[in-house]
Amino acid sequence: MAKMPLQFSLNGRDTAIFVNGGENMLETLRRGVGDMSPKYGCAQGTCGSCTVIVDGQPQLSCLTLSQTMEGRSVETVSGLSDGPQLHALQQAFMDGFAAQCGYCTGGMLMAAKALLMNNPNPSRDDVVEAISGNVCRCTGYEPIIDAILDAATKMRGRAM
Amino acid sequence: MIGFETYPNVDQAAAALRDDGVYFGGGTLIMRALNYGEQDFSRIVRTTDPALKQVEAAGDRVRIGADVTMREVIASSDLSFLTPVARSVGGPAVRNVATVGGNLFAEHPYGDFTVALLALDGRVSVAGGGEHDLSDFISSRTTFNGVVTSVSVARPGGQDFRYHKVSRVKPKGVSVMSIAAWLPRATGRISNARLAFGAMGETPLRALPVEQALEGTSLDASGIESALQAVIGAFNPPDDPLASGWYRKEVAPVHLRRLLLGEGEK
Amino acid sequence: MASSSIEFRKELFADERPEDLNEIGKPKQRQDALGHVTGRTAYFDDHKFEGLLHMRCVRSPHHHARIRSVNTSAAEIMPGVVRIVRPQDIPNNMNTMLSIIGFGRDDEALLQDKKVAYKGEPVIAIIGETELQVRNACKVVQVDYEVLPHVLDVEEALTPQAPVVNEEYPNNTFDYHDLYDHQKLRFGDVNGAFAKADHVIEGEYQMSPIEQAPMETCGAIAAPETNDRYVCYTSTQALFFSLGLSAKFLNVSSSRLHFIGGTVGGGFGGKVDSLHEPMAVLGSMLTGRPVKFMWDRAEEMQVGAPRGAERWRLKDGVMNDGRIVAREFTGFFDAGAYTRLSSYAIIKGTGHLPGPYSIPNVAANVYCVYTNRTPATAMRGFGITAVDFAIEAHMDKVAEAVRMNPIELRILNAYRDGEMKAHRRLAKNTALIECCQVAAQKGNWAIRPEFSAMSSLQGDSAKVDIPPTVVDHDGKIGDRKRGVINDAAPSKDGQVSDKPTSTVAPVTATQAMGEAAREPARVGADTMPSRVRSAEQESMPARDLPQPPAPTPAPPPAPAVPQQSAFAAPQNTPSDPPSTPVVPSTQQEPYTRGFKRPGTSPFVRGTRRR
Repeated sequence: MAKMPLQFSLNGRDTAIFVNGGENMLETLRRGVGDMSPKYGCAQGTCGSCTVIVDGQPQLSCLTLSQTMEGRSVETVSGLSDGPQLHALQQAFMDGFAAQCGYCTGGMLMAAKALLMNNPNPSRDDVVEAISGNVCRCTGYEPIIDAILDAATKMRGRAM
Repeated sequence: MIGFETYPNVDQAAAALRDDGVYFGGGTLIMRALNYGEQDFSRIVRTTDPALKQVEAAGDRVRIGADVTMREVIASSDLSFLTPVARSVGGPAVRNVATVGGNLFAEHPYGDFTVALLALDGRVSVAGGGEHDLSDFISSRTTFNGVVTSVSVARPGGQDFRYHKVSRVKPKGVSVMSIAAWLPRATGRISNARLAFGAMGETPLRALPVEQALEGTSLDASGIESALQAVIGAFNPPDDPLASGWYRKEVAPVHLRRLLLGEGEK
Repeated sequence: MASSSIEFRKELFADERPEDLNEIGKPKQRQDALGHVTGRTAYFDDHKFEGLLHMRCVRSPHHHARIRSVNTSAAEIMPGVVRIVRPQDIPNNMNTMLSIIGFGRDDEALLQDKKVAYKGEPVIAIIGETELQVRNACKVVQVDYEVLPHVLDVEEALTPQAPVVNEEYPNNTFDYHDLYDHQKLRFGDVNGAFAKADHVIEGEYQMSPIEQAPMETCGAIAAPETNDRYVCYTSTQALFFSLGLSAKFLNVSSSRLHFIGGTVGGGFGGKVDSLHEPMAVLGSMLTGRPVKFMWDRAEEMQVGAPRGAERWRLKDGVMNDGRIVAREFTGFFDAGAYTRLSSYAIIKGTGHLPGPYSIPNVAANVYCVYTNRTPATAMRGFGITAVDFAIEAHMDKVAEAVRMNPIELRILNAYRDGEMKAHRRLAKNTALIECCQVAAQKGNWAIRPEFSAMSSLQGDSAKVDIPPTVVDHDGKIGDRKRGVINDAAPSKDGQVSDKPTSTVAPVTATQAMGEAAREPARVGADTMPSRVRSAEQESMPARDLPQPPAPTPAPPPAPAVPQQSAFAAPQNTPSDPPSTPVVPSTQQEPYTRGFKRPGTSPFVRGTRRR
């Protein structure tokens, strides 16, 4: 069985691994690298549980052919905190009961981070749009939307 | 084992397809098939040809490279009339990879972007030369074994282009139906209208009887009456988990009226 | 911190709870929140194993078909295939989920080798190196099916000519109490009350199946562990169901199975069916390697057991002033092809009837029907949700018929503390009236002052006793198939039970697990409301008198007498002086532990340590 080499940056660290032909990035990250934070929810691009950030934009790792990630910069929720210091989004999700079973949470956080990187002062509609590809079955979304707006406010305050 | 080949030039990629290759645009369709073991290929072929990423406006038409993503459509000032259409496709993560060329091959009930291209007199260019009418192209898309390089569409004037996607989930959901209408007007009367519907058949389809019924009419309640009648029998939509074919037929005039009169939701 | 939208109405029942607790009633961060936001929470699939194999099933494309033959020769030579798993590889390939508590007969195979009874039923499993290789191998297995007529509608399934869905239950209905093809509830005399009612109002209501759609699909990973044991990480919501049933399927001692669960990526009831763990452990036993068996999203939607469809017909006898004097139910649960938990949901649902209302005459026939649809299972309040939808839709219909404010109608008929419910327990801790009052206020829905003043605390003393009850023996097992009976509704010509009114009717919902009555439900101390009352409150006779604000401080809480669970052995309750009329309890049959129902699996019949 032939495997192909792949090098990319994962959460700022150089990573090298061999992948199967046709393998998706969700499988590569989870079974190959061992970063279990992106989750399998549908493998067809409808749920968002596997959302990662590739070169600053949100991307579904289940629909990403691993070999197209050569030389790219990939971020997952594992790399969101600064050491033990939680990211403002993580803190807001904890404080605001925005995570219940937790399965969608990593993807939600990545979608939210991608939004705030491109738009630090989002409206509520912007937030709804940003997480429109991420399904949550527990919370009813409102606590998640509130938490993202809450984090945006705190991050703007810190930047000033 | 699935092979993966990257070519600098689109013609090389097209030549490399042969019988067992598939062209890789954004990957949303191919990866989904692979993830579910429904692939009918053993090699994935792509190109890094920059020509496929270009958007060129020329005269009253604009040519969109096949590898332009939905996110890039939204960002392009030449394609502002297509912004609402691109926004209705997937969520941000899907729009980040999903391409204009790939959308031509999305199966029912997906492919809303193609509905708009169809209404805007889309013409498809393929590697190796040749331009095809979009209607003809998508009716035979399942047997197409090449690479689409670009789609050229008309640039509609001011308020002449309208698009509405009906879904059960807001803000993002799969189509119950989508409607695109290009309504050029001469002295207040509609002339040479083009309308297309998504999720009303196995592929996006033009609504020829509706176009004929709109010819020479004005956009008001009485002017569109015959168009609303015409849409009822225009399609034979399939049943799927989102809606039955019967339901789609029943509500088509409602959504068409809203689109034509600018009623209801944005 | 984001503001909470929860509003506490602490003025209600203020004397019933202390306000000086440190944790209860206060917002508290989830203990697992840090793991969730850092991506470190480990779900079943988040464990790495060297050499992990993948397992998938070949599934029926038909609703109903006999399996003539299965040819796996092409799959066996596909790249990456390690093992084909056949029905005969499963040591004990027949089960029903509730055999673990001795309820119902084994009716479902883990892999089917004779007849498939729903679309997607598994026939063969394949284990291989990669998921894609296993998928490719599954595609080339050839199954020769003889397609059979199928039935997808519950009432069609009850007709004599309907195809037999589940051969263990050839009448297409679960057998209740070894007697009837439905669960009965009889309380008072509905037909007598209909005859005297000013209005008789009927309605039919239906709810479709609903998929729980958890974000994490169901699955399990099993691997050989030390000392001939197997470790199994699972998404299950019911770890001990999964452990017990895996031991049963595989005919091994549960001490050889090391099950790890509890971290569930959304369940909502859809992860109790315990189908994945036995498959994964079996795969691991057959290959000696770690094996993952996990549904993809399409399988989760197609074969993951949903909340079952239900159809309910309601018939109310109503007086001009809005009092509902009789309510009759005919209910059909669509169990799908196999029993799973539907038989239990019906007993639970029947115990809930007639909803949160005190209605003096109630009758219900509720059917657990087998159809060629995906088996149904638990989902959030299953057994209750659909009939509540039916009841509340019907309440609105009744309000319209008698031209009454629908909220006032609900308050008028609401159950109150101390009133006898149709399943022969006294209502306690009721709060429907207060809920209605708050809802009316929130919705700016005017209700008259006397309705605003009513309280759940005032039970009607005339509604304490079990009324003389008309009973019947219609609908014996098989009668419908034989054409002896076709009306599904409760009998029109029963007889008043000659048993004392204070004891249970011959068949009631309280015999929740379907065994013969062990002991009549007792009215008195052990079914007393646990709410502590002042003597003053107790002495108030009428229900509708305006209430002064509840007195504070509360009397010291007396030890609450737990209501007897329908599942538990009766306790010897201390003989507290009862304040409702005492009815002597007559022990008819001594209670014994263990399982003795015919048809109970040998696995659970006294051989397991409890």
